[in-house]
Amino acid sequence: MSVFRALVRRELSAFFQGPTGFIIIAAVLFLIGLGFVIVLSGLNGQATPIPVTQVFYSTYFFWLILLLIAPIITMRSFAMERASGTYESLMTAPIGDWQVVLSKFAGALIFYAILWVPLLVCSVVVRFYVGESAVLGLGPVVTSAIGILLVGCLYMSMGCFASALTRNQAVAAVSGFAMGAALFFTGFFSYFAGDRSDWISQLARHVSLANHMESFSRGVIDLSAVIFFLSLTALFLYLTHKVVESRRWK
Amino acid sequence: MIEVENLTKRYGQHVALDGLSFSVDCGEVVGFLGPNGAGKSTTMRILTTFMAATSGSVRVGGDCVFENPMRVRERIGYMPENNPLPTDLRVGDYLKFRAQLKRLANGDSANRIAGVMEQCGVADVAGRFIGQLSRGYRQRVGLADALLAKPELIVLDEPTAGLDPNQVRSVRRLIRGLAGGHTVLISSHILSEIEMTCDRVVILHEGRLLASGALEELMAKANAVVVAEVRASFIDAKKWATKLALGQAECAAQQDGYVRCQFADAKSAHAREKIFASANERGWPLRELSRQAPSLEDLFVSLTHGKGGPK
Repeated sequence: MSVFRALVRRELSAFFQGPTGFIIIAAVLFLIGLGFVIVLSGLNGQATPIPVTQVFYSTYFFWLILLLIAPIITMRSFAMERASGTYESLMTAPIGDWQVVLSKFAGALIFYAILWVPLLVCSVVVRFYVGESAVLGLGPVVTSAIGILLVGCLYMSMGCFASALTRNQAVAAVSGFAMGAALFFTGFFSYFAGDRSDWISQLARHVSLANHMESFSRGVIDLSAVIFFLSLTALFLYLTHKVVESRRWK
Repeated sequence: MIEVENLTKRYGQHVALDGLSFSVDCGEVVGFLGPNGAGKSTTMRILTTFMAATSGSVRVGGDCVFENPMRVRERIGYMPENNPLPTDLRVGDYLKFRAQLKRLANGDSANRIAGVMEQCGVADVAGRFIGQLSRGYRQRVGLADALLAKPELIVLDEPTAGLDPNQVRSVRRLIRGLAGGHTVLISSHILSEIEMTCDRVVILHEGRLLASGALEELMAKANAVVVAEVRASFIDAKKWATKLALGQAECAAQQDGYVRCQFADAKSAHAREKIFASANERGWPLRELSRQAPSLEDLFVSLTHGKGGPK
């Protein structure tokens, strides 16, 4: 366990030893702030039937941040170690492949979670000024946080997989972005599908991240959404492990 | 300590290792010699469990590297080619991180880290970022990492590549100091490098074992060039040189009346005695008589062509 902790700490220190981590945090902070200001000015003091958290997720800001930032967080995880050659000393230390994969994933996920702390602060600020618990109850804030973490699990595992495939960080970022965007926009079709019941529409509805997030932002933990996110995360972590292991295939 | 049998590694069509077999005993310092592309790094990567081989078997301390990689990794201290290190960590933090990965007990690890930093001469840069260090220091940080867990086997891939002569000397001294306590395998494409640090050499060529044994024995088989400068007329000197029959002789007149003769195949131990006696007999002043140590290329030529016999 101490080995795992050391690996995760190393992952996190890589973000904060240089400017990378702070630049990402600054960019996300700006986008979250901007998104919130736009949401609030849109409401303009009018009563809203839905929680503010839900309004935030239905804007583009949340998805923009997720799609753009996720591949940038994960791009260095494996690709940089391969490019600099430190991968070789890492993989010849007495640690298992799973430990390496999971620590890289955990490091990315923790950094991702740190990014969303300002959103929580925004919620507190709104709550403070509105002074009315109906607008922003504790329930929706907690379930939204769970939702954000679950989407994060999926995107971080996908990004780790993209990074494990190459030694070039730019390639890792672009392929990670492509996978993430493909998944997101497949779900987007469900808006056009209406209530058609052909298999494409059904698939679109099933993989629609926006639909899954909506229930979380309403304060509901939808088990099917939880299973959807966790199973895909497990799949991508498994694939990442296979890629890492493949160097020892005959 | 190491037993390699029939090791083969193919990258697609390219054969990197072709049925390589050798073994290394406990406590030996063995040099792994060969030109670039001979398969040295590939062998080391397989040995350290980083890669799998296409076929063949490799055992380190009795454990198979394919079946028991964890036990092998615990025994090995490895410094990969070009000694890659994370540039964003401080020397002390990096070694602490590596100590955790190698499962050094917390109580011992601080002492052990201080010990290897002292041993490798990096204690004075413990607080500096690795990215800011000179190449010589980085190399020693890599060595410190390899020594950290007191491994039974230390594998160093070109430990002195890219260092200046002073740094080479200090790294060499360090490696020499490891003999006895550890089994050491060092790769190099420079013969003199290996000559000064190793008890025994394993020579690779195009993925195959060319020779293995004490370096002096191998060197004795190689053609040695002997140079003699005598004061005589060019024609006399040339006739004399040919008559000595020490392989192909090349003569060149120097400006000050001396003639420089090179004997290409002066393998016999008495070649120089013979030259000296013969020049003396003729009353020719002799101002230089030297044997030039064969280079790795010479050794290769003699090993690949009829085991060093006359061509």
